[in-house]
Amino acid sequence: MSSGTMFARTFSRAGYHVLATNEYPSRIRGGHNLITVRVATRKFEALNRDLHLLVALNRETIELHKQELNKDALVIFDPKDGEYSGGIPIPLSDIVTKLGGDPVMRNMVAIGASVALLGGPFENLEKVIADQFKKKSADVVTHNVEIARAGYDFIKDEKRLFLAPPEKKEEQLVINASEAIGVGAVRAGLKFAAIYPMTPINALITFLADHAKSLNIVYKQPEDEIAGINMALGASLAGARSMVATSGGGFALMVEGLSWAGMIEAPLVIDLGMRVGPSTGMPTWTEQGELQFAIHAGHGEFPRIILAPADAADAYALTVEAFNLADRYQVPVFLLTDKYINESQWCVPKSVMSGEVFIDRGKISEEGKPRYDLSVDDGISPRSFIGQKGSTYIANSYEHDETGHMTENSGMRIAMAAKRMKKLAAMKKDIRAPSVYGDTDADVTFVTWGSTRGPVLEAMKMLRKKSRLIHFSWLYPFPAEETAQLLSGATRIINVEQNGTGQLASLIREHTGILIKEQLLKNDGRTWYPEEIAEKVGNV
Amino acid sequence: MSILPTWCPGCGDFGIWLSLKNALSGLGINPDGGVVVYGVGCHGNMYDWMDMYGVAALHGRTLPVAQGIKLVNRALPVIVVSGDGDGLGEGGNHFLHAAKRNPDITVLIHDNQVYGLTTGQASPTAKAGFKTKSTPEGVVDESINPLTLAITAGATFVARAFSGDPTGLTEIMKAALTHKGFAVVDILQPCVTFDRVHTYQWYRERLYQVAQQDTRIQAIEKALEWGDKIPIGIFYKEDKPTSEDREPVITDQIPDLQELLSEFI
Repeated sequence: MSSGTMFARTFSRAGYHVLATNEYPSRIRGGHNLITVRVATRKFEALNRDLHLLVALNRETIELHKQELNKDALVIFDPKDGEYSGGIPIPLSDIVTKLGGDPVMRNMVAIGASVALLGGPFENLEKVIADQFKKKSADVVTHNVEIARAGYDFIKDEKRLFLAPPEKKEEQLVINASEAIGVGAVRAGLKFAAIYPMTPINALITFLADHAKSLNIVYKQPEDEIAGINMALGASLAGARSMVATSGGGFALMVEGLSWAGMIEAPLVIDLGMRVGPSTGMPTWTEQGELQFAIHAGHGEFPRIILAPADAADAYALTVEAFNLADRYQVPVFLLTDKYINESQWCVPKSVMSGEVFIDRGKISEEGKPRYDLSVDDGISPRSFIGQKGSTYIANSYEHDETGHMTENSGMRIAMAAKRMKKLAAMKKDIRAPSVYGDTDADVTFVTWGSTRGPVLEAMKMLRKKSRLIHFSWLYPFPAEETAQLLSGATRIINVEQNGTGQLASLIREHTGILIKEQLLKNDGRTWYPEEIAEKVGNV
Repeated sequence: MSILPTWCPGCGDFGIWLSLKNALSGLGINPDGGVVVYGVGCHGNMYDWMDMYGVAALHGRTLPVAQGIKLVNRALPVIVVSGDGDGLGEGGNHFLHAAKRNPDITVLIHDNQVYGLTTGQASPTAKAGFKTKSTPEGVVDESINPLTLAITAGATFVARAFSGDPTGLTEIMKAALTHKGFAVVDILQPCVTFDRVHTYQWYRERLYQVAQQDTRIQAIEKALEWGDKIPIGIFYKEDKPTSEDREPVITDQIPDLQELLSEFI
């Protein structure tokens, strides 16, 4: 992915909007690895199927992708892999060998050549390469620059793709949603994370582990996800903003701990990065298969909040919000992400992630008040941190009374369960209504949640008929009234999800009674292309 | 909440409860100056009769919770009260990994070879041949030895004590609490309801005091003794950096990320 990132950065620094995605099999070496980068002068929301330049590092790549090529598309290939008429032969291997490089450095030749074909100045790429490898050594930087330069010079005088000059903009980050969650978490005051490695949230581990010392936070690798959520809850009880991150299989192990968090009313942020399931599934491919799982996970009844970011900028903002909500309501808050947003590199203005951050730690106990005070109207009793002077209590997995002592008394059980569930009503003031995009008097109303927003927004640009999107980033407690209102006048509603059963449509039916008959569902692990959606809707 | 413990009359848990309170008051640890994390089992019900910060965790999950608390508030004494089923069955993996990290946590294992709260099934420490409700013809598997397990996994304080000797148990608890590192105390206790074999008398006839061993190997050899003679005491102790020593100290400050963000440009 680093070559995709370097390529994307070269253009984002010049003021272009970029998006880089990856597709790869679940193994450490080999198989077909694909990086797709889209570069444009204006902001866009997803990749499209309009391929202008294909860099083939092996013969298989041409065979697999030649159908997707635009009619004027250029294809860079190494003649050593076989001929391809109409392509641009570049002796990638020979150039690397001549310059004493490792065979894997063919990608540097190809990046250099690609930048040249797009008419970009080499200096931009050179700076990106220097930043990428500066941690290694000056020699590594020089060597990579030299090899990229050779690729660039090979093309130089035959600029063949036209890229309009960028609209000069402010500094832009190229960042994936996992990293954006890391940035948002730290800015929200995250102090503790216990995360067991799992695709697709590993970039968050790298971010936290790399910066733990300089940021004075603790990242701990637990022995399993069960330990992870229990460590994070221990840290939360002791007063630290804490989080876990995992994918579906790891979350399955955390479910018991989630239920405990519900019982002891401990704040916790859970980044659930969805991938293709069930079971180990297709670990490196994307899916939105766990919406209903996240809503229903856990034995017993307790409140929770579920948010779903659509891209990296959204992931940053929702992460900050998630920590505030977790503390304000003393509940677990989910960030329902997926492989697509977690591992794609998004272009985000730096100012988005460097503005003021509002922090609300919720109700903190004064000495002498019982931890689970039943006299509160909103169900939220002020909490004390373990070790805080004069406010002892028991964080009890059993049903308990106001001080945390175990109870099986009927009246106390009813009162305590009701106190917890009252928070659902209190949350109403914070519930985000679905976002609305497009025409109000639309012929087609799309419905999405999380990462399918981007492809649908792009598809809407391709449609000739009037269209509108109702997008959910706040999924639970479900904004029922707002949804019913928004959908009530719609003539043709199309639900678009990255799963096989239409989990959002079920949720809408459950809470509003509205049956969405038309659904575009995809569960092969590949993100929706806007063209696919537009074609299925018709009248493009 | 009942005023007095709901354990069976004569339960070994009484001696452990008494000793823990003695050890805490002896060391001047106040109700808000420490935390006990309890598992689920007869032992776990102790929280209801302790006036101090407590966490009644899920079955088997005491150690991860305790480590989370300790990594955030390293000055706070953190004690884990767990059972042989809770800590070595359901929580066995956590035990191994906690030991290798060496957090400054004291673990008190209530070791009575049975699951009392679920009315008398075999626990992981049940010895071969022991008849219980889940092993009517006697336990067929080898038993787990909490001491050898702790020593090999990296615990830096390993002891065995007897609930029928509150004075000796209190002293061992104090030593464990004072030790900076992962301290494991395996506490032998009779289950007076579901075990007619391992009675107070049975233990008293066999227990003898062991001296602290110099090496892990010697400690393991001693810890393997079980039968007509059963050693109790501090088997092994060493000083090593703790888990918290290796982590950044958490502060209230929220860092400015302006510089860090430039990594992503």
